[in-house]
Amino acid sequence: MNNVLDIVYLIPLLPLIGSIINGLGRNKFSKAMIGTIGSGFIFAAFAISVWVFFQVKGGNVHTATYFDFINVGNLKIPFAFQIDQLTSIFLLIITGIGFLIHVYSTSYMHEESNHHFARYFAYLNLFVFSMLLLVMGANFVIMFMGWEGVGLCSYLLIGYWFKNKEFAAAGKKAFVMNRIGDFAFLIAMFWMINKAGTLTFTELFSSDIISKLSANDISVITILLFVGAAAKSAQIPLYTWLPDAMAGPTPVSALIHAATMVTAGIYLIARSNILYSMAPVTSNIIAVIGLATALLAATIALKQNDIKKILAYSTVSQLGFMFLALGTGAYVAAVFHVMTHAFFKALMFLGSGSVIHAMGGEQDIRKMGGLSKYMKITHITFLIGCLAISGIPGFSGFFSKDEILVSAFGHSPVLYVIALFTALLTAFYMFRLYATTFKGNFRGTKEQETHVHESPSAMTIPLIILAILSAIGGFIGVPEFMMHGANSLKDYLQPIFAHSDKILGAHTVSHSTEWMLAGISSVLVILVVAYTWNKFSKKPDLEEATGFGKVLANKWYVDEFYNTIIVQPLKKFADFMTNIFDLKFIDGMVNGVGRLVNYGGRQLRWLQSGQTGAYILLMVISMLLIFVYQFFVKK
Amino acid sequence: MIVLLLFLVPLISGLVTFQIKSESGAKTFSLLSSIVTFVIALAGIAFYTSPECWNFQATWMGQLGSSFHLKGDGLGKLLVVLTTLSFPIIFINSWNSSFKNTKNLLALMLLAQAGILGVFLAYDALLFYFFWELALIPIYFICSQWGGAKRIKITFKFFIYTFLGSLLMLVGLILIYSKTNSFSLEAFYNAGLSVQDQTKYFWILLIAFAVKIPLFPFHSWQADTYQESAMPGTMILSAIMVKMGLLGILRWVLPVLPFASYTWGDTVSTMAVIGIVYASLLAWRQDDMKRLVAFASMAHMGLMTVAIFTLVKTGIQGTLIQMFSHGINILGLWMVVEIIERKFGTTKMSELGGVAQKAPVLTFFFFVIAFANVALPLTNAFVGEYMMYSSLLTTTFTKFGIWYLVFSLTAVILSAVYILGMAKKVFWGPTNAVTQKGTDIQIHEKAAFAIIIGIILIVGVFPQPLLGLLDGITNDILKHFEKLQELLLSIKN
Repeated sequence: MNNVLDIVYLIPLLPLIGSIINGLGRNKFSKAMIGTIGSGFIFAAFAISVWVFFQVKGGNVHTATYFDFINVGNLKIPFAFQIDQLTSIFLLIITGIGFLIHVYSTSYMHEESNHHFARYFAYLNLFVFSMLLLVMGANFVIMFMGWEGVGLCSYLLIGYWFKNKEFAAAGKKAFVMNRIGDFAFLIAMFWMINKAGTLTFTELFSSDIISKLSANDISVITILLFVGAAAKSAQIPLYTWLPDAMAGPTPVSALIHAATMVTAGIYLIARSNILYSMAPVTSNIIAVIGLATALLAATIALKQNDIKKILAYSTVSQLGFMFLALGTGAYVAAVFHVMTHAFFKALMFLGSGSVIHAMGGEQDIRKMGGLSKYMKITHITFLIGCLAISGIPGFSGFFSKDEILVSAFGHSPVLYVIALFTALLTAFYMFRLYATTFKGNFRGTKEQETHVHESPSAMTIPLIILAILSAIGGFIGVPEFMMHGANSLKDYLQPIFAHSDKILGAHTVSHSTEWMLAGISSVLVILVVAYTWNKFSKKPDLEEATGFGKVLANKWYVDEFYNTIIVQPLKKFADFMTNIFDLKFIDGMVNGVGRLVNYGGRQLRWLQSGQTGAYILLMVISMLLIFVYQFFVKK
Repeated sequence: MIVLLLFLVPLISGLVTFQIKSESGAKTFSLLSSIVTFVIALAGIAFYTSPECWNFQATWMGQLGSSFHLKGDGLGKLLVVLTTLSFPIIFINSWNSSFKNTKNLLALMLLAQAGILGVFLAYDALLFYFFWELALIPIYFICSQWGGAKRIKITFKFFIYTFLGSLLMLVGLILIYSKTNSFSLEAFYNAGLSVQDQTKYFWILLIAFAVKIPLFPFHSWQADTYQESAMPGTMILSAIMVKMGLLGILRWVLPVLPFASYTWGDTVSTMAVIGIVYASLLAWRQDDMKRLVAFASMAHMGLMTVAIFTLVKTGIQGTLIQMFSHGINILGLWMVVEIIERKFGTTKMSELGGVAQKAPVLTFFFFVIAFANVALPLTNAFVGEYMMYSSLLTTTFTKFGIWYLVFSLTAVILSAVYILGMAKKVFWGPTNAVTQKGTDIQIHEKAAFAIIIGIILIVGVFPQPLLGLLDGITNDILKHFEKLQELLLSIKN
């Protein structure tokens, strides 16, 4: 039992303590102190996570059990953390990127008043706590605690500027959509308790327990878990909350709505990979939905003009790629893409924050332009992010995306072609964004032009670090066909997915085909980048979209569609139940009975003058009851 | 002796309170009395664990086969803690509220407390009925004397409705008595009633308790009463007295009428599940916070009812812990509503807005309580709800568990919709003419809230110690179903 890893409880506990301190001291602390507390506790958690990583690398995989959370009947839920390869990778991403974003926030949020500043950091720390709980839980219930916790923090941070009604509505929408996913997640858990008798990962995914489950059980569980994952990770049909979530402060978008929380769905499925390898139908569904989401979101991103909205749809699209990877059995590729995406998407969100900051709150890229002259660091780092997401060879996104494309090809050439097309759209809209924002002439107001400046170092240093990671982070997963034994990520994660790999069988794509695929995609991406860069630098797209472009600009009218076919009818139905059925029918019946009794009472009062009404009433009731009694007895 | 003290302290202090001249004297006295009762309850649970301390029997209408028998089992103790804890909180919260004839109100509240504690402890059917009425009568007065404009009409309906319920209950109990010739619970448990009798008594008693819970379609007194009644009355009703209905089912229906409970379980569960969805939908469309809370409560109570009829351990024990959690959480919600009404003079959400800017501390407490209400993990309600939902698939007593689960789980989505809707309309957004002059809450209110969120978080993070205390009573209830279970299994095989 005694294992050095038993102290991992400190990793989530530290951010929680930070959150509580900042929450309680919000009216007393200075901003410097709040920022130091907020970032400091995350850094400490990061330091421990690095230590944990090396422990795990040295072969120390451990489940630390602390106390019984619930132990009743067939429900045995220990409060326990499981530390293995998958968890340790996520720990590094969450605390590492989390720390950078906290540092960035100390500067970005500086104009907030002290107690709101503290509130912000308290929420952000609480988020990190929940996210850590999510990836550390040794069973589905602990994971679910984190799962709901991140949803709560996301809600609170989207609605951080709560005076604005629309922002508040966006927070609510995010939470409710996630709850739709939780609905499915919960049923999946109850199904597992009932059929497998446990929710602890090590037990549940062991071969004795798995063999107890029928194919039908596995299909039900995997599909329901996927619905949960789809809500959290913004997949069709539950993706519409994520673009709205951009109402929150930009660092929040970077941390929660790009780098970490939205990847929880990928974590969930990667964690349950054995079940998914045994459910080919579900896997196909996931691949198709992932790809469809990737494509749909990419088309929408083509015509958006809000810098954060473009990045948001790009996130939805990239998450779709990750699900495509999961669906085709490329679990390592999915985790790899989670990681590289965390680097470059956090980078681009923070970069966009830097731009918005410099432009005095402007988010419309049509009103920017030529910013490369004014903000060198933001410009270069953002460019690196764009190159990485587009998959330019050598940058991190290239390696992870290539692995996904190869896996898709191994599954079906159709998937591959659509995925490649989507990747090209990605390159297109990213460089449309890049060129419109940073190239060409400055299109803002005179006042903005005098104000535009590079951001302070608390913001630029995280950008530089993330840019370095985005540029070279891919080299931890160099594919086998390029260099033998260079895929250290795959080797590291091997124990997690070994069983699934055995079930799914070996890759069928030959090395020469892989070279060819990588070559084709690289050439096409470079062509698209060159074309787009050139086109939008010279002549940015400033007009309102028309025709089909308008459909894209309006996001295929999906929000309107949901509103018309689901929200409004449900509202009308509920209104009918409230105002007609409950008041007129149910209560009407009761009142009818009441009136009858009342009437009877008034008539009887003539017979028994002198008695108070209540007593008569009682008599009437008891007489009625005697009748009822007689009726029952006779029967 | 503990059980007798628990009943006598509030009873006597209630009677004394009527005589106290000064308003502040009455307030202090009633608060102290409620704290004393709470201390007795806690001390009894912590130190006087021997069964004799929690058992008191004296002759009382011996010729009828009825005795004055009070006994604290696990269920009784749980509800005693909830009751004795809630009363000080209610008193603290209404410390600065002014009512006409405050001392009478406080005295009636204490009398109600005595009655409620009696209901939770009575081990004799006639005594149970006696306490049931003793608890209700003060509430009628509180509702009809200290409520809103329409209180007389509303209280009349409430009165008729619940009185009809109590009378049905009396009839049911007397019918069972006619077979046992004794009102003692023990005798009821060993009554060995025929299948036909069980069915008959089951429905008589069930309707009586269904009104109290309330179960769809017997709910139409609830929202009106909560809306019109004085806040202390509403708090007592919704946090504590609705539990009388569940206690009735758990103690006086299931073990006495096991066969009927099994046969008619599906019917009751169906009513309850309809009620969950129905109440959740209605809660969504309310504009008045009081009505919203009323329907939210109804949805929660519905889930507990379905879970009871699963007749499995997780279901019953989940219900028990949720009875406690629901009481604490709804008390918290009422406190928020009451403070808002006191500060801004309205509970209509469409007239409010931006309260978060004026009262950040209140807003913080509201959010913790609101998320406990939607059963977020690490809050108290998650534990009970999780266990109850899970029991719906575990149970072998019904074939429709999966359907109950799917429909009742819609509450997970809808509760977020209405609670966050309330958060959005009342607390967020810009301030308006109504909310412009708001101030934050005072120290005694903070203290009351602190107790509530303390319980929410402690039970939410470490539920197992409390669950452990409820283990015995759950097994005792389920013992009555062991034979039935075996029978069902043998039929199945």
